[in-house]
Amino acid sequence: MTLGELKPGEQGIITGYEQEALPNRLLEMGMLPGERVAVLRLAPLGDPMDLRIRGYRLSLRKEDAALIRVDRLR
Amino acid sequence: MTASGAPLRVALAGNPNVGKTTVFNLLTGMRQRVANFPGVTVERKSGALANAPEVEVVDLPGAYSLNPKSLDEKIAYDVLTGRVEAAPDVVVCVVDASNLERNLFMVTQIMDLGLPVVVALNMVDAATGAGIGIDAAALSHALAAPVVPMVARQGKGLPELKRAILSRPSAAPARRWTLMDAVDARLPALMARLRQEVPSVPETHAFMEVLRALSEDAALEQWQDQAPEFSRAIVALRKEYEGRGVAYRHAEVMGRYAWIGPVVQAVSKKEKDASELSVTDRIDAVATHRVLGPIFFFVLLALVFQAVFSWAVPAMDAVEAGIGALGGLVTSLLPAGMATDLLVDGVIAGVGNVVVFLPQILLLFFFLGLMEDSGYMARTAFIMDRVMKRVGLSGGSVLPLLSSYACAIPGIMAARTLDNERDRIITIMVAPLMSCSARLPVYTLFIAAFIPAGTLFGFLGYQGLTMFAMYFMGTAMAFVAAWALKRLVFRGSSSYFVMELPPYRRPRMRQVLWRMIQRSKIFAVRAGRIIFTLSIVLWFMASFPKVDPGPEMALMRQEAEAEREAAHAAALAGTSAASVADVVALLEEGESARVDSIRYIEPERVDRARLVHAADLQFDARSQEIGQMERSRQIRGSMIGLFGRALEPVMQPLGFDWKMSAGIVAAFAAREVIVSTLGIIYSVGEVDETSVALREQLKADRYPDGRPVFTTLVALSLLVFFVFALQCMSTLAIARRELNSWLWPGVMWLYMTGLAYVFSLALYQGGRLLGFQ
Repeated sequence: MTLGELKPGEQGIITGYEQEALPNRLLEMGMLPGERVAVLRLAPLGDPMDLRIRGYRLSLRKEDAALIRVDRLR
Repeated sequence: MTASGAPLRVALAGNPNVGKTTVFNLLTGMRQRVANFPGVTVERKSGALANAPEVEVVDLPGAYSLNPKSLDEKIAYDVLTGRVEAAPDVVVCVVDASNLERNLFMVTQIMDLGLPVVVALNMVDAATGAGIGIDAAALSHALAAPVVPMVARQGKGLPELKRAILSRPSAAPARRWTLMDAVDARLPALMARLRQEVPSVPETHAFMEVLRALSEDAALEQWQDQAPEFSRAIVALRKEYEGRGVAYRHAEVMGRYAWIGPVVQAVSKKEKDASELSVTDRIDAVATHRVLGPIFFFVLLALVFQAVFSWAVPAMDAVEAGIGALGGLVTSLLPAGMATDLLVDGVIAGVGNVVVFLPQILLLFFFLGLMEDSGYMARTAFIMDRVMKRVGLSGGSVLPLLSSYACAIPGIMAARTLDNERDRIITIMVAPLMSCSARLPVYTLFIAAFIPAGTLFGFLGYQGLTMFAMYFMGTAMAFVAAWALKRLVFRGSSSYFVMELPPYRRPRMRQVLWRMIQRSKIFAVRAGRIIFTLSIVLWFMASFPKVDPGPEMALMRQEAEAEREAAHAAALAGTSAASVADVVALLEEGESARVDSIRYIEPERVDRARLVHAADLQFDARSQEIGQMERSRQIRGSMIGLFGRALEPVMQPLGFDWKMSAGIVAAFAAREVIVSTLGIIYSVGEVDETSVALREQLKADRYPDGRPVFTTLVALSLLVFFVFALQCMSTLAIARRELNSWLWPGVMWLYMTGLAYVFSLALYQGGRLLGFQ
């Protein structure tokens, strides 16, 4: 599944990417395989997502989050 | 501390929101110089290190990476790589201790350029609060660079940081992190080839340049002409990697984080589990809540606007009165003549046109500064992104557009933080549609004069509704224009939104006020210069060619004088003027009530004196009237009047006569100039937008056939024209500087003025068809 499909309150471990060409900025912000991501909430209109990664808060659009593959943590 | 020594140039670099500006202010005190970086029009903030004048500290814009995305990042990159001026001797990297991994990413990039680095480990208090303790010595060892723990907000760690800078550290001897083998093995040959083809690339930069060319298409393109062989080699290598399935595009980022992760693990110890909700989490539960979040945002905006409109008014009135008084003082001190006219009507009035907006602009920037310094501004971007995406922008454009309600110039400059050049261009192109403070006096005058004071449903005032409609129209059109630009010009390319939501912090007044002043300065200096110059030009255009007042004016003056003489003669029959001079003097001083009770003044002298005084008053009023008629003729015959009359056929379909057209021409310097220009044309002397006299004159004006010149419909048409038209030279000038071309500003002027014309035309003609006048 992808990060875009995680629900608020859920967490996942990044496993890879849907495609190699993705915004470089996502990687530079630390969205790398093996990292744990938590979805804290969605913006009032349902998009973007509010995430926690590497100890800080990052917001991403669902369409960009859909480029990142995750394993959901239970 | 040393008081002398060889010059040392220090650059301050770091991610946004890590307290870089606070560290800069600490290091330099408040003695800072703002100039431009050579060759680019970006402000270069610098200052000498306190007690060490040989050390110059330069503040760089915030950046996440040396693979620049935003214009701000590009500047930081260019300075650090020595592209705009000699590269700094030492780089102080300000990092957030509570968010070390991502912050160290750029630190490793800067170190790879061969630059000596001092790490200012800021916000250790916040890290401690979050249960993270960081071993600075171990971090320093791992990085091979001095690390200074700091709480910059409280000034903690400043002496240590200064010492570390003055010790003139040297660069780390070797790269600490490793690339994946498949990429690492091929780099030395590529670096050599690049340096062979382009010898100007320093040895220390070759590594970064090759990595960038490998992972980014834009970077590769730059070398195509300069280093064709190198480019071909990169293209070939990419193809090879793609065949072998090597993730070369991610190699750099993965390599850096693969080293940073374990280092941060090793130097930090979790003192407690941070599972409990932080203050930030609790605030965000409300501020970004599905229902409460947007309500909070719009209520906050409404309060800010309410405050800006109501609180700034007394200050603006005071400024206007001050400017008027200054003009009056200068007029009374200097001999009458052209030079005085130029000084008073051109220079002082011109400066006044700029200064009068300052209270509003200062207030709006104060509130925006509060929103930024507290961390709330990132939340507005988060809340609004979905809406902005609809029109092809991102949440990052919220701040530039909000700033544009004060003035488009700082708004356009705030677009530099945007990650995406396309977003930046669109934001700049639509920012001037947001109703800026210069439009407000125009709105105020025409709404007060022509919109009835009644209420709709008993509580919504028509005048207030109209004002709101003007702001709404501009804002809505900004969204439509952004959408159209994306559809027509930037088809295909899409924006993305990656934004950090920093923790909430208590805003610091000093910081907020400082930033407010910096931004307002941009307005005052940039717009000021242009408005000032144009005001003088306009004064010339309004004063020349000199119109001969003609014999009838002289005749009217003579008649007035004769009338006064006759009245004096009648009043003084049998005595001389000297016999009542003392009483007249008392009357002139406004002591009318007292003259009756003074015993030595005979009632007969009082009566005579009253008649003399009344005749004087009448004469003064009459000659003022004549003077205003002369000024009115002057402006009609002047260059501005000629322009206005030449434009009249074009403007007539919008309902505008030559006077309004002349006002619109004059308003090109600053929109509110139309108010004072109409004041001159309607010969009511000094006016502002609340002037009752001007309002009455506008209402009373008639065409030769008896129709009123101004009706509610005409006023609405004029208001709509001002909502859309780009009548601001300063905005065009700043857009040219920021976009480095006249093409976009040209398009901006055309489309906005076109919108203004079409909408005014439709409103006026549509209104007439519906039977309104």
